[in-house]
Amino acid sequence: MGRGWVRCRWGWMTDHIQKFHNLQELRRSASLATKVFIQRDYSDGTVCQFQTKFPAELDSRIERQLFEDTVKTLNGFYAEAEKIGGQSYLEGCLACTTAYIIFLCMETRYEKVLKKISRYIQEQNEKIYAPRGLLITDPIERGMRVIEISIFEDRGSSGSTSSSSSTSSSSGR
Amino acid sequence: MSAVMVAKKVTRKWEKLPGKNTFCCDGRVMMARQKGVFYLTLFLIIGTCSLFFAFECPYLAVHLSPAIPVFAIVLFFFVMAMLLRTSFSDPGVLPRAQPDEAMYIEMEIEAANGNVPSGQRPPPRIRNVQINNQIVKLKYCYTCKIFRPPRASHCGICDNCVERFDHHCPWVGNCVGKRNYRYFYLFTLSLSLLTIYIFTFDIVHVVLRSVSDGFVQTLKETPGTVLEVLVCFFTLWSVVGLTGFHTYLVLLNQTTNEDIKGSWSGKNRVQNPYSHRNIVKNCCEVLCGPVYPSVLDRRGLMAELSSSPVMISNAKNYIPDLQTTKTTAPLIPNEQTPEEAKPPLQYRTEEATEPKQSPTVQELPAVDIPPASLTDTAPAKEQVF
Repeated sequence: MGRGWVRCRWGWMTDHIQKFHNLQELRRSASLATKVFIQRDYSDGTVCQFQTKFPAELDSRIERQLFEDTVKTLNGFYAEAEKIGGQSYLEGCLACTTAYIIFLCMETRYEKVLKKISRYIQEQNEKIYAPRGLLITDPIERGMRVIEISIFEDRGSSGSTSSSSSTSSSSGR
Repeated sequence: MSAVMVAKKVTRKWEKLPGKNTFCCDGRVMMARQKGVFYLTLFLIIGTCSLFFAFECPYLAVHLSPAIPVFAIVLFFFVMAMLLRTSFSDPGVLPRAQPDEAMYIEMEIEAANGNVPSGQRPPPRIRNVQINNQIVKLKYCYTCKIFRPPRASHCGICDNCVERFDHHCPWVGNCVGKRNYRYFYLFTLSLSLLTIYIFTFDIVHVVLRSVSDGFVQTLKETPGTVLEVLVCFFTLWSVVGLTGFHTYLVLLNQTTNEDIKGSWSGKNRVQNPYSHRNIVKNCCEVLCGPVYPSVLDRRGLMAELSSSPVMISNAKNYIPDLQTTKTTAPLIPNEQTPEEAKPPLQYRTEEATEPKQSPTVQELPAVDIPPASLTDTAPAKEQVF
């Protein structure tokens, strides 16, 4: 402990405060322009996989490779969660012998992977997407149907309010 | 503008879920609306087993073996556990599309259809996907505003799209789908075993006792036996038959829904693209596969704010998305947008006062309070079925 520790903690705090400020800046200055939805890829069956096709709306906002890496990593996580193999059999058989009561106190493998996914998405948002005015919503909040990416318009540059550039949210109804 | 005083009333998401389900235990239990037949199932199982334990077990434990009632108890508990698991779980309900998503899909459909001359019907909303060299049609659900994933179907009774929809079972008072199919199968299997077990030992008991006491005297001493034999006899045919049918489905990795519709019956060279062509693998996937989590987040919190519309419109330009979506009429009239119901209060006060303030933002732009079961900060693991 001592000065080294204090410096380390201070560094961590300022780093986090900086990250929060980045998101604050985003929220303060930006307004939602549109959302793009990455659909599921069913070519391998009902396993949870998302299409890696790069949507046109993100063309000017983010590099193709970064986007594809994110989606491929997410696909990898879901494949790991849904893998049918030794561990899932063991978990299934063990749970069956206890009449699945063990699930009341144990976290399943899928849930553990979902936590990892949640942390990964948070990290990606902080490091890559928020600085570019984008935001990924965890697919589990959309029923694992889509990856929702919100695109924020920077109000300072556009000069107009969100309604003119938004195509989805506030069109006249 | 002064800081907004808002009254926060905390509700859980299950209270605002569309569909015709009933929830109990503050969202932990999820069932269909009509539960009458489920209560009948419970009554029959508990009633028959009680009679068995009261009339047969004392005699059999003494004259044959004490293992007989012990095994019966174990089997009874297993049957009840599987029944309750099937009845109380989320079968794999797909949440309805948010207004943004629904609108996006509509735009995609319109773009794909091109210009439809007025007076003509637009083409049916179908997406084709290729799964294992088989073309599978994904249908659009007008209620849920989504293209249903493969094997999903909309249950008219519960008014939900359910993944890997098997059927709606009134005996368990719930749909049978991806998340609770294995429990349903184990329930029918264990119930068959229990019925056969009770039936067999009823006969054994009557025979053994008749040798010493006579047939009529035996029936007089244990009147419950007659009732049990009647119930078991009729149950046997239906439950054992059902177990056999579902064993067939499991081995072929099919659902009841697909079987009834004849989706993979072999006509026009269509084959089941989900089958591994190996009965052991199919069996393992269906019964020992990973346990899918519920995507409904029934017990998540929705913080409702009783703020005035004036505040909402003033804040519209500052707060991304959330309020704008909320104030416009959603595509689905009854649908709430639960995840977007939490406007970050801190931003409002901040915009209202000075830009220099640095409010304490707890988390990333998750638009709702994260599900308790998935975050590390939850005090205890919330167990939902």
